[in-house]
Amino acid sequence: MSQKNRISGGQIDRTKTLNFTFDGKRYTGHPGDTLASALLANGVRLMGRSFKYHRPRGVLTAGSEEPNALVELRSGARQEPNTRATTTELFDGLTAKSQNRLGSLRFDAMAINDRFSNFLTAGFYYKTFMWPKAFWEKLYEPIIRKAAGLGSLSLKDDPDVYDKGFLHCDMLIIGAGPAGLVAALTAGRSGARVILADEDFRMGGRINSETFVIGGTSGADWAVTAIAELGSLPNVRIMPRTTVIGAFDHGIYGAVERVGDHLATSETGKPRQILWRIYSKHTVLAAGATERPIAFDNNDRPGIMLASAMRTYANRFGVAADKRVAIFTNNDDGHRTAADLHAKGVKIAAVVDIRPDVPRSLDYEVLHGEVVDTKGRLGLTFAEVKLGDGSIRTLECGALGVSGGWNPNVHLTCHQRGRPTWNETLAAFVPGGTLPPGMVVAGAANGDMSTHRALQGGAQAAQTVLDLEGPLPDLPQAEDAPINVTPFWYVEGASRAWLDQQNDVTVKDVKLSHQEGFRSVEHLKRYTTLGMATDQGKTSNMGGLAIMAELAGKTIPEVGTTMFRPPYTPTAIGVFAGRHRGKDFHPTRLTPSHKWAEERGAVFVEVGNWLRAQWFPRAGETHWRQSVDREVLATRASVGVCDVTTLGKVDVQGRDAAAFLNMIYCNGFGKLAVGKTRYGLMLREDGIAMDDGTAGRLAEDHFVVTTTTANALPVYRHMEFVRQCLAPDMDVQLISTTEAWAQYAVAGPNARKLLEKIVDVDISNDAFPFMACSNITICDGLRARLFRISFSGELAYEIAVPTAYGDALMRKIMEAGAEFDVTPYGTEALGVMRIEKGHAAGNELNGTTTAANLGIGRMVSGLKDSIGKVLSQRAGLNAEGDLRQVGIKPVNPADPVPAGAHLMKATGPVDAAHDQGYVTSACYSPTLGHAIALGFLKDGSARLGERMRLVSPLTGVNVDVEIVSAHFIDPDGERLRA
Amino acid sequence: MIIDHPLLGPRDSAEFTYMGDAKLIDRPDPDAATAARDFYDYAYLRDNPAGWHDELWFHEQGDRSWLVVTRNTITHEIRQVRLARDVARARGRST
Amino acid sequence: MHNLTTLTALGGADARVDVFDHITIAENDGLALASVAARMGQEAACQAHLRTLLGAVPEVGRAVLHDPEAGFWMGPDQWMVGAPRATHEMLADQLKDHFGETASITEQSGAWVCFDVTGPAMPDMSERLCNIPIREMAAGDVRRSVIHQLGCFVIRRDAPDHIRILGPRASAQTLHHALITAAQSTA
Repeated sequence: MSQKNRISGGQIDRTKTLNFTFDGKRYTGHPGDTLASALLANGVRLMGRSFKYHRPRGVLTAGSEEPNALVELRSGARQEPNTRATTTELFDGLTAKSQNRLGSLRFDAMAINDRFSNFLTAGFYYKTFMWPKAFWEKLYEPIIRKAAGLGSLSLKDDPDVYDKGFLHCDMLIIGAGPAGLVAALTAGRSGARVILADEDFRMGGRINSETFVIGGTSGADWAVTAIAELGSLPNVRIMPRTTVIGAFDHGIYGAVERVGDHLATSETGKPRQILWRIYSKHTVLAAGATERPIAFDNNDRPGIMLASAMRTYANRFGVAADKRVAIFTNNDDGHRTAADLHAKGVKIAAVVDIRPDVPRSLDYEVLHGEVVDTKGRLGLTFAEVKLGDGSIRTLECGALGVSGGWNPNVHLTCHQRGRPTWNETLAAFVPGGTLPPGMVVAGAANGDMSTHRALQGGAQAAQTVLDLEGPLPDLPQAEDAPINVTPFWYVEGASRAWLDQQNDVTVKDVKLSHQEGFRSVEHLKRYTTLGMATDQGKTSNMGGLAIMAELAGKTIPEVGTTMFRPPYTPTAIGVFAGRHRGKDFHPTRLTPSHKWAEERGAVFVEVGNWLRAQWFPRAGETHWRQSVDREVLATRASVGVCDVTTLGKVDVQGRDAAAFLNMIYCNGFGKLAVGKTRYGLMLREDGIAMDDGTAGRLAEDHFVVTTTTANALPVYRHMEFVRQCLAPDMDVQLISTTEAWAQYAVAGPNARKLLEKIVDVDISNDAFPFMACSNITICDGLRARLFRISFSGELAYEIAVPTAYGDALMRKIMEAGAEFDVTPYGTEALGVMRIEKGHAAGNELNGTTTAANLGIGRMVSGLKDSIGKVLSQRAGLNAEGDLRQVGIKPVNPADPVPAGAHLMKATGPVDAAHDQGYVTSACYSPTLGHAIALGFLKDGSARLGERMRLVSPLTGVNVDVEIVSAHFIDPDGERLRA
Repeated sequence: MIIDHPLLGPRDSAEFTYMGDAKLIDRPDPDAATAARDFYDYAYLRDNPAGWHDELWFHEQGDRSWLVVTRNTITHEIRQVRLARDVARARGRST
Repeated sequence: MHNLTTLTALGGADARVDVFDHITIAENDGLALASVAARMGQEAACQAHLRTLLGAVPEVGRAVLHDPEAGFWMGPDQWMVGAPRATHEMLADQLKDHFGETASITEQSGAWVCFDVTGPAMPDMSERLCNIPIREMAAGDVRRSVIHQLGCFVIRRDAPDHIRILGPRASAQTLHHALITAAQSTA
């Protein structure tokens, strides 16, 4: 079919034809078209069905404020629901489907809802689906969900990629209409770094839609010239297809650039969209204005649109909304549409103006009256007009342009608590109150509606914010027509007259809401859902406010507006995620032995961002327990090796290093000898345990502190807090060295024999006893650090080399240990051995436990000040019968003792009131041949040997257990010191 | 938000970690007779005003300075930014 | 002399180079690094030693791109010094000798992965990576910033299309992936 409504002119490229389909039917358009303009050109008025009543709908607008013409764009995984046809740039091969219909668009079975409209008013769901209660989930909600809503998701992974980016500028200009362009030229010529962003793919804003002359040439051509000059300035960045979605604190703006949305598919590796974070010293908001409709009965039929949109389709796209159109207006601007369309040969049925003193025309009929109703099942056929004298006249027309005046686009001025102020001349809200710091508003967004005033405002804005001297630049001649508007929001007596077409909210709904007592504008919004659709009520809020004001007997400014919040227009979730999705959701940290562990087939586990070997399965092992049990037994029998690089390490140096450690650890470090390591417990200031680790003294003024893997960063932050804020004149220097050293635990009775083959120094028990530490060399000269510390309870060392040598050292250890059958072990075996040894870890240092709970209360030194000391001594943390760490074993060795289960007395009630304690860590001990656990028990130290019950009513656990020492193996520490 | 770092100039607040009331600098004397009470107040009774507030921010993704940022919690306006170490010294924390 | 061999941060025997039309991303495996922090009360003496070492004291947010040792400011009274690993394997020890009691020296060679990013699309690529104002930066400007959630130093080198990125070594692969992705986005 040819493009039957295509007329002459416009900024489209008629030399090229683009093919596209809508609901499976093939159409053609041209580069420069939107999907909406191309559909209209092809005579397609019906583009969708409404949200609630499934009423036939067409375009209302020609821009991003569109509530109706929402389609499912593309197919397969790239299908995107609720895409506005009015902003979708046409490309060859575009496919789109209408949405929210049962059956075809023309014969939507759900249109029956429209017949029941009396029941489906505001608050319908709240009132109706109250009972019976069980019906909500089973019956009502599924039906409502099926009936309501708009487009559907593909339910597939989004195949496109999205970027995030950061830009800096002196001046961000939002909107490239006449005001924005002149602001950009003024600022750009001065040398300022300028970003000019516009949501449209063609810059120029409203002048592309008008027939105005600017400086002797057409407005559209003037815009092209201006853009060309801006393009030649290296300090100006022109960003079409870029919507500034939010104004955030201190000159930070969010903007979405649609890089690939006008392409069939984005180039491989290239983003579909980019979320820019723009840091701007100054901002000129030149976002223009949005025309608003007038509410009258059946004002939502396809063919009824904003008069300005009708003009845009004619002037910019060369498309007549229909062969025969009518206009309904309360202001002079509506008449422009009639004049422009008439000049293009479109038949004007009549212009209907509510004002008695209507501007006359020689070319077409102008009536004083109101459109009171319309006809046409799937599209407008007749408009019924009540004339000034009360008589009714029926106009035959396929399109009706409605103009209720213009609302400045103040949205971004309100993102930082700003509230707009009412302007009587425009009968609209204009920017007012507190603007975001650094922002000025120019052009129609500021209520300066004529082209001349927009040009002037843009130049003035740029000069003011950049503090430029001198007179305004020469501005081209442009129209400067006054605003003549008579506020008129809805036709008297109108009922099924749509305010919010996207959420199907009518004048009747607003009245009902008022009648039911919803007086605050925020309540009105939420009760009726007015303005809560994806268009955020850009064309509907004012109508609702005006009716509410009238009903309440107030003025519109007294009623006020709802808050405007980012994003300005609907934004794909994918662009907020950027590249941070799937495996790239967070960074991955690899240990120095990772490559080696991979080669050995290790199973890895995520520990924070780290990937650690969890166990190393061997051939024939079919269950993880087999691998872990083997690793534990082999380590305790001979020797094992484990990568412990992930523990946090902080280098502490300075004359006051020891005093500093005395401050951060509750136990003393002042007397720790050089070459020795000590266990340290850090408390929070409230007396609760924060973290534990070891500190080795490498020199009088040099310690190496270790933290748990999880707390490496918070502990470092805390240490810097103490250093800078509490002890600002201590001579202490801190730096993290977590990743600088590859560190391996070598544990087991043969650990010394193994390491003796590698190290260059004497590590006999006499020369290097338990808790020794030293800078040494290994393998004939490589610098290394050796610590004789043990987490496993065995004779053990931790050996560290610069990270780049980590892989080589692990291979060396394996080679040297071959004769002892050295066994690599992972985090599971590490965990089992520490439970067997009774060492507290993250499960025990869980943010609620004190040193006393952990059984090491005596460690808190009374001789010195330390963080948390004072509050650790308060009565509430030192009551009789407090929790103490204990070991727990099952009476029947086959029983489990699961973590999270609670301890109850052997007899008596099982309930929270009789809770005696709980299990924090549990495992199967291959060394002992049964399950074991660590936990906290009231007065636990005094209850060793007691029989208790371990229960977990939720999971059905009820086991007889015995309370034992937490040190399941080698309670006297003989192995450590061997 | 943009925090005007005394050494580095304007930086995105996203680079910082927040810790609230800068009164945390005024750690009580542990040897005072009223230490138990003082530390209770110090640990638990911090201000959280709607309006101007001295706050601690840590430039974790920057130079690792703790800063005292005087910020209006309603408008997010920032009036003053100081190195916490200087503030601590000025408040007599030098030993 | 020991015979242990090193792996690069990306886990290879040799440094990796990725070449795109307008961007080259080269892993730099040849850096020895150590931090220098002035001791309390020794700030002036420490700076004097820095001056003899580098020719100048790196100012706030700046590097001194000097041979063979170069350095940049990390924080108040704290600098990072780098030198070729081939000649300065024992950089930390050398610095300890040089600075004596005026500074705390900590070896940092193993803590960082280093990438040199060069090419005409470098500024575009930087804008997709982190919030540094790359187009305003001059040779020797250094910013600590966040790239894909990783704290990194970005150093504008002498050539206008060259930045050096130091990132946490354990996340070398993540950082490399982020760089490659950004290069493909822009190159």
